[in-house]
Amino acid sequence: MNLVEEPLLFELSSPGRTCVSLPEGDVPPAPLPAGLERGSIGLPEVDELSLVRHFTRLSQKNFCIDTEFYPLGSCTMKYNPKVNEQAAALSGWRNAHPLAGEEFSQGALELICSLQAMLCEIGGFAAGSLQPAAGAQGELAGALVIRAYHDSRGDGRRRVVLVPDSAHGTNPATCTMAGFQARTIPSDAEGGVDLGALASALDDTIAGLMITNPNTLGLFDRNIEEIARRVHEAGGLVYGDGANLNALAGVLRPAEVGIDVMHYNLHKTFSTPHGGGGPGGCFVGVRPDLADFLPGPIAVRKGESFGLAMPPRSIGRLKAFYGNFGILVRAYVYLRMLGSGGLRRVAETAVLNANYLKALIEGTYAVKYPRRCMHEFVAQGGLAEGVHTLDVAKRLIDYGFHPPTIYFPLIVPEALMIEPTETEAKETLDAFAAALLAIAEEARTRPELLAAAPTTTPVGRLDEVAAARSPLLCYRG
Amino acid sequence: MPYIAATESDRAAMLERIGAASVEELFDDVPARVRFPSLDLPPPLSELEAMREVEALAAKNLSASSSAWFLGAGAYYRFIPAVVPALATRAEFLTSYTPYQPEVSQGTLQAIFEYQSMAAALLGVDVVNASHYDGATALAEALLMAYNAAGAAGGRPRALLCADLHPECKAVVRSYLSAFPIEVEELALGPEEAALKADQSTFCVVAPYPGFSGELGDLAAAAEAAHAAGALLVVHADPIMCGLLKSPGELGADIVAAEGQSLGSPLSFGGPYLGMLGARSALVRKMPGRLVGQARDGAGRRGFVLTLTAREQHIRREKAVSNICSNQGLAMLQACVYLAAMGEAGMRAVARLSYDKAHYAASLIAGIPGYSVATGSFFDEFTVRTPVGAEALAAGLCRRGIVPGLPLSRYYPERDRELLVCVTEMCTRPQIEELARALGEAAA
Repeated sequence: MNLVEEPLLFELSSPGRTCVSLPEGDVPPAPLPAGLERGSIGLPEVDELSLVRHFTRLSQKNFCIDTEFYPLGSCTMKYNPKVNEQAAALSGWRNAHPLAGEEFSQGALELICSLQAMLCEIGGFAAGSLQPAAGAQGELAGALVIRAYHDSRGDGRRRVVLVPDSAHGTNPATCTMAGFQARTIPSDAEGGVDLGALASALDDTIAGLMITNPNTLGLFDRNIEEIARRVHEAGGLVYGDGANLNALAGVLRPAEVGIDVMHYNLHKTFSTPHGGGGPGGCFVGVRPDLADFLPGPIAVRKGESFGLAMPPRSIGRLKAFYGNFGILVRAYVYLRMLGSGGLRRVAETAVLNANYLKALIEGTYAVKYPRRCMHEFVAQGGLAEGVHTLDVAKRLIDYGFHPPTIYFPLIVPEALMIEPTETEAKETLDAFAAALLAIAEEARTRPELLAAAPTTTPVGRLDEVAAARSPLLCYRG
Repeated sequence: MPYIAATESDRAAMLERIGAASVEELFDDVPARVRFPSLDLPPPLSELEAMREVEALAAKNLSASSSAWFLGAGAYYRFIPAVVPALATRAEFLTSYTPYQPEVSQGTLQAIFEYQSMAAALLGVDVVNASHYDGATALAEALLMAYNAAGAAGGRPRALLCADLHPECKAVVRSYLSAFPIEVEELALGPEEAALKADQSTFCVVAPYPGFSGELGDLAAAAEAAHAAGALLVVHADPIMCGLLKSPGELGADIVAAEGQSLGSPLSFGGPYLGMLGARSALVRKMPGRLVGQARDGAGRRGFVLTLTAREQHIRREKAVSNICSNQGLAMLQACVYLAAMGEAGMRAVARLSYDKAHYAASLIAGIPGYSVATGSFFDEFTVRTPVGAEALAAGLCRRGIVPGLPLSRYYPERDRELLVCVTEMCTRPQIEELARALGEAAA
């Protein structure tokens, strides 16, 4: 990593410098509207070499998949094939305008149509939309579909959605955005949905249940069919959060165990680099009688050609145009190369890797639910008096590993949520486990190493409390 | 098999350590009845074959780079300096995670801080967040933010929307707000006239700058009228225009949303784009999305962290101000590099080129018999009344390699003789003159 402090662009700026050469004006200048001409903007002025060095040096202050292992639970930080990037960067896509018209967009529409079909097949869904821009927006789409379904049946009093206590924060936040009240359902001793609590929560105000399976403990809820049956009996719908689909694609079609609506995070399971936070891509699939409510427009086959259509009772648009198309290209290429056998192999290897890693460390780190896990598992980092998960996480950095997801799910104290993904080699898993075991030893013998970590990075632990108390969100001279 | 390192002997050794006889056994929790379905997917392709297939599909689209291009309408074919993709596709940015662990993410965090700073300067606001999915969703979130700041508690349930916003923005706003007790009233009025309708039940007035039609409107007067009624002014702006004309913040906007695709992202058939969202600092705690702030470590070194996270879903769950989780990291980084590369002079130049070329085109088109320009004051996009049906006219020209703009009947079926024409720095004088000639011939 680059440890040298890098100035801000503004601190590199010198008036008169620029990187770009634009053509001279070739038409007569036009007068500007009265009183609207802008003065100085306040942008930095840098030359091209300084700019290149600045961003290159900044990039060297990041961990990334291409250099480090990211065992981040629920984030599916797998290696993303380079061919995806090449495919998405083709001039025919980069320069395709979303409003060129169907006649002039046949390639893009065909790709969307084919991808929709493949994704429906994987989940067992009758129809789907690629409109949502990311997982959280897919959740919003699904929740609004559920709301529209109940309203269409004159059942508008159903405004409560049940959410297990192990759920991602987006689930309850989505409920609020869709006008639902989120009600928490506790987990049972096995880490699944507590059936007793579910039964007593089900009544005629229930719009549905949002469930992540495997859940954020990395456990497959063995009662899934029973859970779905009970929610359906009570008149509710079952929403599947596909954040953890990497464990299931090719293994189980969620629709076949009673999931009515589900989103998949294309950027996770179907392989788009994380980009330091996005963009993502998303598919939302539904059972047949919910197809009319899907967000649109969606791509459709019209005889020999392809077009766009709005589902007749659509919840509407969720973003401009047709989803994050560049991400759809990546998912398409990935699926075309894997096929059904490859997809199953991905899930199998992801689950194998997670169970192997769990076996390597569970003698040293507590694992609250000692069952076979799926693609991830949750260990606990409270190794000794005064040693916390945060310390283990920061010390891992000094060993050259990105920390796992920490303090989530909320129901496991000192959680270390570990997801190795299928793309990591056994040697990497062995090295990571060895680092965790060495840190556990340090926690007993030299705890000050953990408290001081990380020491190999451009900055040490930052004072986040002070940063939030008087926030500085912009450069101020 | 590609992308998987585990060999058969690795698998055997790992299974032995786990204490399982087979990989299948690891899936015993999955109901046997439905386990390992046979999926009807097309047979797998090699990398070579997959690229060939995708190249063939990509070639079936009309490319902006091989035509005279006058179509914008919310997605813009603009010049992207070579440094933008060269730097933004560096693997250390491309394959890094969300910067929740700041010590190993200072590159991403500092870039976000620099983007926030430059974008805030451009839009004329105090703070801009780390981005939303696109301009339309940023606008929808801006309305929710205004509602949380001024509507929900203050007994003000109404939002007044100028009808001249992009139709897709209006549609997204309606979807996002559908579950809230908010009345959205659409007014076929300019920003100032719409804002004059605000009263004590109005929490915000939403104005475009410029409108979908291209019309600029009087934003300063709109701000004054909205504020006089106790309402916030929310603006959806064009960031390139802010290089030449006063920013919405300077004109009095409280919250500004913008589509940032023009700042270094390719057309890419509609996404991924860049939702920009900024506001006055008094509203920052109601703002959705990621924010990066400056911090210090124990040794006093400057660093950057995600901050004010008590607004966000992973902390606040159902009480969060939005469910948004990701940001448009790479599109934001492209905008960051773009703004830095263009700098003060470049932004002004690209806006000036667009402005002058658009006005030159409008003057030529206005002189063609049968045509007129319907937009009064505009930046680089304007509405043309056509003497014949615009859809057929545009399709005919497209086949000749001239894409003349957007037939407005695409969104408004009754407006079948109107064409929205966009002229950017990419258009040359000969192309503009060719467009005018072709329009003349089409009407003859």
